[in-house]
Amino acid sequence: MLDPVNYAIWLAVLLVEIFSFVCLLRQKAFSKHFTLVFYLCACVATDIGSYSIIHASGYESDTYFYFYFYSQSLLTICLYFVLMNLYSHVFSEMGVAKYIRACALLILGGTAGISYYLVAVSSNRMVTHFVAELGQNLYFVGVVLTYLLWGAMAKLRENRTRLLQLVLSMGVYVSLSAGSYAMNNLYPNHTFWQYFFPVTSIWLPLSWAYTFTKVPADAQLATARVLAPNQ
Amino acid sequence: MIASLICGISSLTLLQFFVSYSRSIIAESRGHKLSEQAREICGITTSSPDVEHFGRLNQLIALCPEVDDDGFKVRTVSMYFYLLGFAKTIMSWAFPAANPWIEAERGGCAYVAAVVLDRRIARNRMIVADLASH
Repeated sequence: MLDPVNYAIWLAVLLVEIFSFVCLLRQKAFSKHFTLVFYLCACVATDIGSYSIIHASGYESDTYFYFYFYSQSLLTICLYFVLMNLYSHVFSEMGVAKYIRACALLILGGTAGISYYLVAVSSNRMVTHFVAELGQNLYFVGVVLTYLLWGAMAKLRENRTRLLQLVLSMGVYVSLSAGSYAMNNLYPNHTFWQYFFPVTSIWLPLSWAYTFTKVPADAQLATARVLAPNQ
Repeated sequence: MIASLICGISSLTLLQFFVSYSRSIIAESRGHKLSEQAREICGITTSSPDVEHFGRLNQLIALCPEVDDDGFKVRTVSMYFYLLGFAKTIMSWAFPAANPWIEAERGGCAYVAAVVLDRRIARNRMIVADLASH
């Protein structure tokens, strides 16, 4: 069973995700940012799934452990699709969408393969450790890809405020997740993580809701004002 | 070893992305000109609010009902403000040249808080006027 704090966090996360989903639909972002809507739907489905598994098998059960880490890995893969969507928006005028897709699939496959190899060659670790290692590596590749995208945006002098904020909020989320997964691998079995991971997942839907409701679609902001000190 | 490396690099990128994200929110708010009423309420006599005004502005924001769903903006900028305060404490003896930059950034945070308060006051006045007209 969930304790009251866990239950409150679970409910808050679910409500924020639904709120963000409604905001995106109200701003008619469904077709332009389909992957964002898809990611939010996947998050809601995962939350409901985890709640029913906790009810059926308990919070400390192996079933929940496997469900949590594998669903998080699937959500990270969905996050890759969001990232590819942002890449295609940034490079929309260059006509390189198919190369971006191919590159993303290659990176995704490569990360999964390397994660499996790293765990398989370590005889002192269980193969089930693969899920935790995969999560850390997937998020870290997400950090690298977001950083590259942010660098490209700065170089191309991208000035669409919405796009700028979507990429930066994504950067915050993947960095925070990669760092906390790595810390979890270094210091596992700490009760702190059972509260920390769900709390961090609030960031992305909240920042998306803010961007789509507060920043007009045609708003522009010079990248230099974000990069250069005090302009 | 790999986990430590990932943890270190991710912490640095997190800091950079968060600073850039907060700066984008500050830059976005710079376009808004503060009204005279808001200046008077906040006790701002200069062209933009000082760092010292931030605490008072936050208290006033807490008192003013949230009608435009801008709580996320206030919380993000507050986090950035306190992060800069922490950086100032560390940097003041290690790298004093960074102090003017940090103060300017904190001033930007105070400006965002003033803009949020200004918008909330304006929106609440509009609601009161609407109610009075019915």
